[in-house]
Amino acid sequence: MLSRVAENVYWLARYLERAENMARLVNVNANLLLDLPPEYRPGWLALVDITGSRELFDAREKRAEERDIVHFLIADLDNPGSILSSVSSARDNARTLRDVLPNEVWEHMNELFMETKEKLPAALSKRTRFHSLQRIIRGMQTLTGELEGTMSRNDAFTFLMLGRNLERADMTSRIIDVRSAQLLPKDAPGFQPFETIQWLNLLKSLSGYQMYRLSQRTRVSRSAVLDFVLRDTQFPRACLYCLKEVEYFLRALPRSAGVLGSLEGARSFIDNAALATLDQAGLHELIDRLQLHIIVVHEGIAQTYFPPRAGVSGQSQVQFSSGEPRKIPLSSDAPSI
Amino acid sequence: MSINWTNYCASGLHDELIGPGGGARVAGRALIRHLSELGSEELGVRQQAAELAIKVMGVTFTVYHEQGGSIDRAWPLDIIPRIISSREWNRIAAGLKQRVGALNHFIDDVYHAQRIVKDGVFPHYIIASSKNFRRNCVGINPPQGCWAHICGTDLVRDKDGTVYVLEDNLRVPSGVSYMIENRQVVKRVLPELFENTAILPVDDYPSQLHEMLVALSPRRERLPEVVVLTPGIYNSAYFEHSYLARQMGCELVEGRDLAVHDDDCVYMQTIHGWTRIDVIYRRIDDDFLDPESFRAESTLGVPGLMRAWAKGNVALANAPGAGVADDKLVYTYVPDMIRYYLDEDPILPNVPSWRCAEPEQLEHVLHHLDSLVVKPVDGSGGYGMLMGPTASQRERNQFATQLKAAPRNFIAQPVITLSTVPTFVDERIEPRHVDLRPFILSGPKTYVTTGGLTRVALREGSLVVNSSQGGGSKDTWIVDIEA
Repeated sequence: MLSRVAENVYWLARYLERAENMARLVNVNANLLLDLPPEYRPGWLALVDITGSRELFDAREKRAEERDIVHFLIADLDNPGSILSSVSSARDNARTLRDVLPNEVWEHMNELFMETKEKLPAALSKRTRFHSLQRIIRGMQTLTGELEGTMSRNDAFTFLMLGRNLERADMTSRIIDVRSAQLLPKDAPGFQPFETIQWLNLLKSLSGYQMYRLSQRTRVSRSAVLDFVLRDTQFPRACLYCLKEVEYFLRALPRSAGVLGSLEGARSFIDNAALATLDQAGLHELIDRLQLHIIVVHEGIAQTYFPPRAGVSGQSQVQFSSGEPRKIPLSSDAPSI
Repeated sequence: MSINWTNYCASGLHDELIGPGGGARVAGRALIRHLSELGSEELGVRQQAAELAIKVMGVTFTVYHEQGGSIDRAWPLDIIPRIISSREWNRIAAGLKQRVGALNHFIDDVYHAQRIVKDGVFPHYIIASSKNFRRNCVGINPPQGCWAHICGTDLVRDKDGTVYVLEDNLRVPSGVSYMIENRQVVKRVLPELFENTAILPVDDYPSQLHEMLVALSPRRERLPEVVVLTPGIYNSAYFEHSYLARQMGCELVEGRDLAVHDDDCVYMQTIHGWTRIDVIYRRIDDDFLDPESFRAESTLGVPGLMRAWAKGNVALANAPGAGVADDKLVYTYVPDMIRYYLDEDPILPNVPSWRCAEPEQLEHVLHHLDSLVVKPVDGSGGYGMLMGPTASQRERNQFATQLKAAPRNFIAQPVITLSTVPTFVDERIEPRHVDLRPFILSGPKTYVTTGGLTRVALREGSLVVNSSQGGGSKDTWIVDIEA
């Protein structure tokens, strides 16, 4: 398979997965806002930070109000991470992959793009938001199912799975970050009653509540939920599960030893994290570092299999510095952002 | 509502389906009967079904968009087919093989001894002033001595019924994928006709093309690696590039996927590393093929590709330099070439043409601008030409100035009133003008498509069939009436 085609397939999967998770991200925040007492509400700006797009948002000179922020996150074509941008980029990639993708996938992708454009305005209004985003998530899930059900398990499928699982691991970590965004001490006065309901929301936004119940059989608690969404090896949206999938598909590829090494680094980082003793700030830093590990794996894949980028050096640009955690922007296949 | 053919008016025109007396021509009888039975309402339903099928099958062509992007348009197909009897087609196909054979002799001769010039049959100045003559092709021997492996020749029928050759496209002719897809669609929406009529199939083209390409491989020991080279998704024919690659099971590559290594062989970058390739079906013009040899700023091509080709390490179809024969001034000499190289009489006539490069002929053209069509020798797609009878005096004057300034760049022809075919327009059946582009493959054997792509001018009275300018298409049936 051509390196260029492999890269396009990989990014197609990442963009699709990103659009779906962005919808989940907005939904979990909206629910949090409804459940928390006013003094603890995190607001919407946290989502802009979590997706690493604060600079871009500030440059847009929009008001930091709910409507503007939600629009920025879901429908703004100038924000490369918005739902609409992701679906549009996925469609652009799919257009170059007509000879690789099943026909019905291309048709569905076209429909999905038009439907998303049409349905997104409804997600701006509080009343119709949940339903509208749910529709988008369902559309993506259908597409995922079509790919699963009609594509041969060939090289293209391998790169599709690499892209999907790496993006999913990254986005799951960002969804967890929504919860850690408000840096409240666990024992803030009057906060305790709301603790459980928030972790419950997080699980629901990942469609993971039932699966959590089946696997954990304990009450919903912070450390158990974190353990589940980060370290479960059976739930398909858990970070560790995603990385195991990446490993499985990497083993099918030639010349994968180097990337597998980076992947092992990411896995042991999750394995060794002391989740039970983390405070909110520690959790936030853990997630940033996890995202950096994911970027290293991505760069390994890119350097091994994708065409070289003009102007990009072969060395990894990721540095694990300590101190003030950085906001990691969503990665992209655009030559420069 | 049944269709009343007495209202169908093609007077003064040659219609491909309806004869001068208003009755169906022999090869089209079954079709006309069937259409009459269906009635115009049902025909409308079938036309809609065809348009839906085209959308679902994703048959598109790309139109450049003003804002730098481009958009995919559904391919326009009119479901009423154009019919040619197999007896007439056999004669046309023989004429096309003869013609392309002579053209390949000519190109090979141009890049070697130029016997045809020395023998006084073809003037040297045309080669010396040709935009598509490639100096770095001189002396090169491509496999089988063949240069134009894929040729798309445009045919038109005048009102007296004569079929003429309008032009030979020897660079990167397109349209063949639409020919195949048109048939798929029409089979779906008019299946009854295929049960009762002997309509010759068209869909073996991709395997014929693949076979021809494989035969060009410089390496014999294994299955050669054949690729299709496209300028990319924004090219108007990208659908076709992707379609043919898919049908042949080849990689669809862009210039940036390829590199010429120190051994002067061509490689493509895959997830396994660099893989050597043997044959490139290139859909990029010479100019953009290799920045080391042609346009230095081109990013579509592959640096060093000409070197690899000249050494025989990779085959290119069509060969670079083949475009020297894709020149309307050269076209006027094709009948002479057929006599010179093959010692045969031409089976298919050229449209009578005046060479503006020759002073007496230019004089004639300048005096008859109001009745002639003047065409640039290197134009295509209907751009940059003068339609004398419909142009204003001012346009004719402007063109006369251009002609006198650069006579080598133009030829003139009488207006050909293209034949018509019944076409479903606004719930009615009306005559619309058509041309025909068959495709000819030259390799160890010569293959001609069964029929070709019929293009139709959808606007009333229009002779412009280009899809970028509101043209549509039709399925083309070669019907065996003896069967």
